[in-house]
Amino acid sequence: MGFFLETLIGGLMAGMLYSLVALGFVLIFKASGVFNFAQGAMVLFAALAMARFAVWIPAWLGLDSPFLANTIAFLAAGALMFVVAWLVERLVLRHLVNQEGATLLMATLGIAYVLEGVGTSIFGSDVYKIDIGMPKDPVMILEGSFEGGLLINKEDFVAALIAAVLVALLALFFQKTVTGRALRAVADDHQAAQSIGIPLNRIWVIVWCVAGVVALVAGVIWGSKLGVQFSLATVALRGLPVVILGGLTSIPGAIIGGLIIGVGEKLSEVYLGPMIGGGIEIWFAYQLALVFLLFRPQGLFGEKIIDRV
Amino acid sequence: MSRQIGEVILDLKNVSLSFGGVKALTDISFDVREHEIRAIIGPNGAGKSSMLNVINGVYRPQQGEIVLRGQHFSKMNPYKAAKAGISRTFQNIALFKGMNVIDNLMTGRNLKIRSNLIQQAFWWGPARREELAHRAKVEEVIDFLEIQHIRKTPVGRLPYGLQKRVDLGRALAMEPSILLLDEPMAGMNVEEKQDMCRFILDVNDQFGTTIVLIEHDMAVVMDISDRVVVLDYGKKIGDGAPDAVRANPEVISAYLGASH
Amino acid sequence: MLYRENGQFKTSYAADQQIFPIAQDRWAIVGLLVFAFIGIPLLVDEYLLRAILIPFLILSLAALGVNILVGFCGQITLGAGAFMAVGAYAAYNFHIRIEGLPLLLSLLLGGLTAAAVGIVFGIPSLRVRGLYLAVATLAAQFFTDWVFLRVPWFTDNASSGSVSVSNLQVLGWPIAAPVDKYLFCLGWLTVFALLAKNMTRSAIGRQWMAIRDMDVAAEVIGIRPLFAKLSAFAVSSFFVGTAGALWGFIHLASWEPAAFSVDRSFQLLFMVIIGGLGSIMGSFFGAAFIVILPIALNQFLPAIGGLFGITISTAGISHAELIIFGALIIFFLIKEPHGIARLWSTGKEKLRLWPFPH
Repeated sequence: MGFFLETLIGGLMAGMLYSLVALGFVLIFKASGVFNFAQGAMVLFAALAMARFAVWIPAWLGLDSPFLANTIAFLAAGALMFVVAWLVERLVLRHLVNQEGATLLMATLGIAYVLEGVGTSIFGSDVYKIDIGMPKDPVMILEGSFEGGLLINKEDFVAALIAAVLVALLALFFQKTVTGRALRAVADDHQAAQSIGIPLNRIWVIVWCVAGVVALVAGVIWGSKLGVQFSLATVALRGLPVVILGGLTSIPGAIIGGLIIGVGEKLSEVYLGPMIGGGIEIWFAYQLALVFLLFRPQGLFGEKIIDRV
Repeated sequence: MSRQIGEVILDLKNVSLSFGGVKALTDISFDVREHEIRAIIGPNGAGKSSMLNVINGVYRPQQGEIVLRGQHFSKMNPYKAAKAGISRTFQNIALFKGMNVIDNLMTGRNLKIRSNLIQQAFWWGPARREELAHRAKVEEVIDFLEIQHIRKTPVGRLPYGLQKRVDLGRALAMEPSILLLDEPMAGMNVEEKQDMCRFILDVNDQFGTTIVLIEHDMAVVMDISDRVVVLDYGKKIGDGAPDAVRANPEVISAYLGASH
Repeated sequence: MLYRENGQFKTSYAADQQIFPIAQDRWAIVGLLVFAFIGIPLLVDEYLLRAILIPFLILSLAALGVNILVGFCGQITLGAGAFMAVGAYAAYNFHIRIEGLPLLLSLLLGGLTAAAVGIVFGIPSLRVRGLYLAVATLAAQFFTDWVFLRVPWFTDNASSGSVSVSNLQVLGWPIAAPVDKYLFCLGWLTVFALLAKNMTRSAIGRQWMAIRDMDVAAEVIGIRPLFAKLSAFAVSSFFVGTAGALWGFIHLASWEPAAFSVDRSFQLLFMVIIGGLGSIMGSFFGAAFIVILPIALNQFLPAIGGLFGITISTAGISHAELIIFGALIIFFLIKEPHGIARLWSTGKEKLRLWPFPH
């Protein structure tokens, strides 16, 4: 029982990170109808920037407080993601208005390549560490209720907490601010939003920016756990089944989908894996998504797509 | 005029259609006789296009049935409809934009092609012969519609009026027994409308094709159609010869009273 | 003034429906084939054959397959690598498990197996499209990655899916030297390109394009989406599968699943975007471009860097390659969605009218 719960909780923690990536997908898809394949590249790019700035900036300024260095690096990386968002809108999206989804999808693949190339050119392609002082030691909880208790990684716990706070902030941003309302309006109907004077181009920059910040947070958490390296870019591929499961247009769907996939992967790897050879984590998520595509293409929480003739 | 209006070929019985609670068509019945030109008119949103979509199986009505040459269909689908000789044009031209005029018309011959994929891949015997025979048929349609000069132009590059004509051509290439026309003259200038009217009448006259059409231009409808159905808010409010329909008080109020 | 069709009148539909209706084009293609079959083996050294020409031929074949699905039928795929893998490993199994099976047959059976798997993973296309379909094809990719790595039966119990073939021959002709491999692949590609062209210019091709351009209208005209889509998946996977078999058997001779990873799938998709969606010719342009670009960059970037006194490392080159690929994809999607093939045909159009502008 204890082992099962540990696996479950490990899955939930991993799932929280998938949720963060999926959240980036959903934000951009809702506001611009673009499925952003570059989300993984953005995570890599942001994490690289963060990791390197945290080293470079103290060296330039002669700082020796790691907290200050990390804060400045985080802000600088955030600013960089804003520049990325602006450039993407200027150079790509603006020229592809009203194109089909598949075309936009392929364009974001192009963006992903450019971001990966530029990122590794500027920041280098080694494995970097991000050290934001996350606690590394595991901790026992619920020793009273189980024999042996549950072994939880403190780092995972903090990460999940950060992710939860971010999601809450985003929800507030969407529900309570004027910009958030404009974003929701654009998501519902591009043309109607435009006709009441919401500037589409600016909205896109904002939403890509928000997605950039989400990518940054995901990148920092992931980076501090596993180090910043090229394979971070592939988290986009891990996040894809999550959004299919949760529904492309639903923020709660992204969160819950991420958790389901995280838990499903871990449980299937532990209990099903040994029977059929192991290493099934990646395709398990995809086959689950495939089942959803066949029987419920709009996902758990997405809006139903009706084709009109 | 050799054309003679025959027996009922298409009979719609108590058709009701709704989209998630919104009623598009309520209990509609009417029939179409062989060789006639049957018009469906009505204000915007009256359910005219839905009606055509029901006839050729794009929409499935919740109630009612379609009787085609005595055969009952409670579930029509586009493929069955096409097999049964129903073809149509679209309100917002639905041509295959990446193909040229000949290829668009050739798709209309699709159901008549017998050769299989392997034969086609090797461009072998039957496939090759068929391709030539159908090309000849398609050229007949091209001659009929007077679009020889654009036969190799990708349809995306054609002006609106010509696209409408190619759309008609593709439907004709199927050699249909029933032709559904969804606003064939919408957005055309007077000259183009006259051309289109001439083509419709010629099709009806020369090939004996039964025609069901939706049109907004009252003058045209009254001029060319044999019988008219009037829809309003998804209900049938009139049915009969053009003159009778024009005198129907309910129709007058729907057109004059309600909308203006 | 040479490139004119003046005076070439067509008196039958057969003449008008030829693959190359213009006489100059016919001569050009005959010349090109003669040069490819006779000239190149005499002129070119082994390195060029092995590093550029053989990969180009095989990837062209794969690109043809991807183009049938994506360019002609409008169904996006991010899983082409999976079908290459299925083709390669299926052909391998036929090759080693059936004693004395001719090589040609093994390769074709590999392709047919890929076609069958293609149909299975094409089923979601009946319900979903665009991004959703992309996910379904990715599912195929990750699943086959895993199968060939972890299920030992498929790889004859080889560790980590690494297998090899040797002593290949066709009707007593040993396919061993690079020239033989080149000629074998060239012959194969010529036949398959002709098949692809024939399909795209006959009824089945029109069905695919109709589904791509306007699926509702296609259905109304009597095209069954089920048949059109699944046949596109089958034919495409057949082409891609045989390309995978050739890649494994002829080009690599020993390989492991990583040769057909998701990166390969992306690469194939980029080939058809850059080369030209919905164009047979474009598949060749795209393959040539993607095979040559990295080699060209390797040659020229250090030289250009040298001019400005910068040394560019190998890592730098691979980063530059990523950036250039990405930028080109975006460029083509924005400026010329029909790729190099369209630039080519626009050029020809101009040439026909030259020196007049219209």
